[in-house]
Formats: sequence, structure tokens, C-alpha cells
Amino acid sequence: MRGGTVRFVLRRLAQLVPVVLAIAALNFVLAKLAPGDAADILAGQMGHATLEFTEQLRREFGLDLPILEQFLAYMGRTARLDLGISLIQQQPVVELIADRLPATLLLMVTALVLAIATGVALGVAAARRQGTWVDNLISVSALLVYATPAFWLGLMLIVFFSIRLDLLPSGGMMQIGVAQTAIGKVLDVARHLILPAATLGLFYAAVYARLMRASMLEVYGLDFITTARAKGLSEGTIAWTHALRNALLPVVTLAGMQVGHLLGGSVLIETVFGWPGLGRLVFDALVQRDLNLLLGILFVSSVVVVLVNLAVDLVYGLLDPRITHK
Amino acid sequence: MSAVLEVADLAVRFRTTRGTVNAVDGLSFAIGEGETVALVGESGSGKSTAALAMLRLIADPPGRIASGRILFEGRDILGLREEELREVRGGRIAMIFQDPMMALNPVYTIERQIGEVLALHAGMGREARAKEVVELLRLVGVPAPAERARQYPHNLSGGMRQRVMVAMALACKPKLLIADEPTTALDVTVQAQVLDLIQSLKDRFGMAVLLITHDLGVVAETAHRVIVMYAGRKVEEGTTAQIFKDPRHPYTKGLLEAAKWEEVEGAMLREIPGAVPSPFDMPKGCAFSPRCGAVQPRCRESAPPLAEVAPGRPVACFVAQEGRP
Repeated sequence: MRGGTVRFVLRRLAQLVPVVLAIAALNFVLAKLAPGDAADILAGQMGHATLEFTEQLRREFGLDLPILEQFLAYMGRTARLDLGISLIQQQPVVELIADRLPATLLLMVTALVLAIATGVALGVAAARRQGTWVDNLISVSALLVYATPAFWLGLMLIVFFSIRLDLLPSGGMMQIGVAQTAIGKVLDVARHLILPAATLGLFYAAVYARLMRASMLEVYGLDFITTARAKGLSEGTIAWTHALRNALLPVVTLAGMQVGHLLGGSVLIETVFGWPGLGRLVFDALVQRDLNLLLGILFVSSVVVVLVNLAVDLVYGLLDPRITHK
Repeated sequence: MSAVLEVADLAVRFRTTRGTVNAVDGLSFAIGEGETVALVGESGSGKSTAALAMLRLIADPPGRIASGRILFEGRDILGLREEELREVRGGRIAMIFQDPMMALNPVYTIERQIGEVLALHAGMGREARAKEVVELLRLVGVPAPAERARQYPHNLSGGMRQRVMVAMALACKPKLLIADEPTTALDVTVQAQVLDLIQSLKDRFGMAVLLITHDLGVVAETAHRVIVMYAGRKVEEGTTAQIFKDPRHPYTKGLLEAAKWEEVEGAMLREIPGAVPSPFDMPKGCAFSPRCGAVQPRCRESAPPLAEVAPGRPVACFVAQEGRP
């Protein structure tokens, strides 16, 4: 990496601090808009939801303080990267998240890689055969997948691959006691990963296939493609080198923008497949009004999203030499 | 003089939603070894389409070479298999384009883009390519060629980029160079430099050149022979001296008149009234008849065929063929 790029990254990281804090503030407001709090839930669960008991819990959690005071305390903690203690589970939020985040990241990254690889390959294939049955098949399939709800698709994949064919596990992340070696464990996780990653990735694959097709067709209309043909290059070389690298830029942009979306989608898919990621944790935090846990997860998610966006900017610079990071 | 390229009865059609368009219709011409032939006409005359057709570079759909023969070194380009065609492209016939800003791929270095041709047609290895690219850049007058080779198109000026295009075209010492408006997008001062460059390299390597242009000044400086196109057809042909001193077709005369105003101080800008007809709405008879000062009733009835008014001077005009001014 050149010095200019290092400075660019450092400056961008510094700029991210106020952005992330602003998101944290917004999260607080949104979370507070929901009726009820952890004290209500906890008191209800314990079976003696007297007003006194609930108030006592509130005092313990600091939920009785004026909202502004709560807000300032929360922002102060967040700025120090202290995410607090889960109100319900009584464990540090950081630990709860650290337990679950790797699984979610694994699912997200696998789905994204799968989506980009499939989408780009199909988009290029369709663009090269514009107007033929191959193009039509790819375009119609992409539209169909695009319009299919992910949770339903997930259930159908389970029915087909797990129940009918008995090829892949229907849920979970690993089978206890099956794998002893490290490689065995990796393979076991990979087997469990296929269906949820496919379910999550297919929607994006469809989006990228359509975008890639359009982008390739646009690039095909540019003069330098004619130059490449006039040089005697094969259509394959033209598509996969000259056109592809130019056509990838919009896909990279969209992929970067959709990382937040993808994180949200993985929460849903995790529920369908019993994947031990952040999804279940978010769900519980929401239902139980576990303010600290919920805000902690949202904070970590926002950090992930802004970091990925920074990475996308760097990839942009790699793809297009006209973009320099200063 | 033996012909390098011989085009016979070439027709290019475009299918559009509004119907089929004859972009090039019945075009025939030949280029001798080492000769420079200019294809001249206004925008929409079909000259660029004809140039692209020489290497079968017309996008299909919507375009299609409907008929004709393009004989190059004794073989019909239109009959070549894909691999044979690719050997000719960039190897035996090279092409440079109007807009050097757009004709180079923005995401690859100059070295890589010129090197591609050398790898493909000369089978050169990496190191040999790197050396040859620098040599070629030096040859076309790019200063600091070793540094420029590592740069991207956006680091170079328009004139430099066109020099790079010329270097790329010359990489495999082609027999024929097709230059499609090579100077149109450049500054006037740079235009002359690029033309001189093409001219000197042409002499040095014994290339023939097919020059597509609307600029008669460029024609006068560089071409041996001129083919004037109008609405997809050849309307007149002759040596450069013949065309400039003794134009026969009213359209050629109009073009020359329009070009002359620069030389006469205080003169009004002369123009040919009207515009090239829409390909969807071609006039009956001679396509130039609605704009022609010498038009006769029969010009509106049937299109004049090409016929020699003097040896080597085919003209498609009834009036010219009868020898009247």
C-alpha cells in the first residue's frame, strides 16, 4: 500500500468516529420510541410484576432517570466503547456479541462472495449473448429469484436438500461430536453453511446479475471495446478483461451499499436455519426490551457497515486507476 | 500497382425499429500498395460504417454486411473464419479511431494495451513486450516513453493518446492502416503533428492507408486518391489533384466551396444548402437532388449510376456525365 492510501485510510477512519456516534444517538432514540422496557418484561417473567418490583428493577437499570440523563450516560459509555451489561442476561454485551458475531460474519461474507461471483458470471454470460435464449433464461430466472421471499426460499431448500435428498443439514452450524480434526470441523461447518448462505446470497446474486448485464452492455457500446476487437482479441478476452473490469464498478458500489441490508437479511435467515449468529440475539434483545444489548448490537453492526464501505472505496481504487485516494 | 485491398459492391444494412437502413450501398474501391486513399463525406454519409466493415467490426445486431466482397491479400475478409479474421485484425490491418479519449481502456496501462497486440500477433514474452512498447512509443514521438508506458490513458493528453493509438496500430507492421477521422477530436496544432506522424510512418513501413475524414485540408495534404461518399454511395472518385482542381459531381464542388472560405479573407461562409437526407426518408432518384444546384427533372426520377466521365474518374451524376458544367 502506498503512503497516500495509508493516509487516506487513517483520515477516513477518523471521519468515521462522528458518523458512528451519530448513528448510535439515532439508535437510542429509535429504541426508546418502542413502548415498554426491560423492567416490564423481566418482572413479568419472574411472575411477580408488582408496581414496586418493576420500579425497583427500573432503578437498578437506571431506567428511572430522566431520558436526557440516560442518553448522555449512554453516549458517554459508547464513546469509550463500553457497551455495558445486558439487562436480561446480566453479562457484558461485548461478550455476548463476540460470541455470535463471527458466525454472522461468516454467513454474510460467504453469501456476499457467492452472490457476487454468481451474479457477475451470469451477468457477463447474459450480456455476451444478448437477446438469445441464454440471456432470456438468465434474466427471467434472476427476476424470479429476486421476487421470491428469502425465508420461503430457505424453507424450500430445506425441504428439498435436507428432507427429500438428505444431502445437507437443515440447521445449526456444526454437528456435535462428529468431527474430531480441524479439517473435519471446517468441512462440517461448510456443509452447514451451504443452505443458509445460498438462501441469503441468491437474492443478491439475482440483483447483481441484472446489474452486471446492464453494466456490461453499456461498456460494450464504448469505443475501447471496438479497439480491442480491432486488435484481434478474442471475444472471451474482451469480455473477461476489457469489459469486466470497467463493468464491475456499479456492482461494487451496490454491494457496498447493501451490506447493511445483508446484515438485516442474515438475521432472518439465521432464524430459519437456526444459525447461531447475531440474529437470535437481536430478536431476543428486541422482544425483551434489552436496551443495552440491542444498542450494543446496533452499534457493532453500524461499525461493520461503515468499515465495509471504506473497504469498498479501496476496492474502487484498485479497479479504476482514475480514482486516487488522497 | 497491385491492390492491397479491393472492395466490391459492399452493402451494409442496419435493422432498426423504423425499418432497414442502407448505410453503405454498392461501394467499390481499391487501395494500392503504399497508397493513401481518402474516404470523404459529411456525417451520415456512411464512411465510418464502411471503414468498420473492412474488419467486420459492425455490431450485429443491428448492423449486417448484406453483400459484397472485401479482398485483402487475395482473401475475402467476409469469408474468413473467426480465428483467421482475428489474425488479420491488428496484425495485417490496423485501425485507429476518432476519439483517443474513448478508444483506450481507462483501467489498463499503456504498456499493457500495446503489449496485448504484441503478445497476440508476435507471440512476444513479457520482457520483450515491455522493451518493444517503449521502442514503439519512442517511434511515435512520445516523450519519456518508459515512464509513459507505465501510465494510464487519463494521464496523457489527447494528442499523446492518439500517438499511443498509432503505436498500437503499428505494433505489428500492418499492411494497411485504417484511420477513422484520426485528427477530428484533436487540437488544430496537434492535428498536423499526428498527420505528419502517420505520413512518415507510412513511408517508412510501406503501409497503405485508408483515411476516413470530412476534412478536405487533411485530404489535400495526405491522400493520393479521393473517394467522395454521399448517403451511403460513392458519388465520385479521382486522384487528389483531379478532385481538387476539377471536381465533377455537384456535391464534391459544394464540399470544396464550403472548405474554401477560410482562404478568402472577408468571404462569407459557403455551405451546401440542406442536410444529408434521413436514411428513413431517402428522396426518389439521386439522393443529392434536393440540395443540388444543377438538378434536372430526371434526377428526381432515377438515381444516376456511376460512370466514367474520364479515365479513372467515375461520377454518379447525369449532368456531369453529359459533360455539362
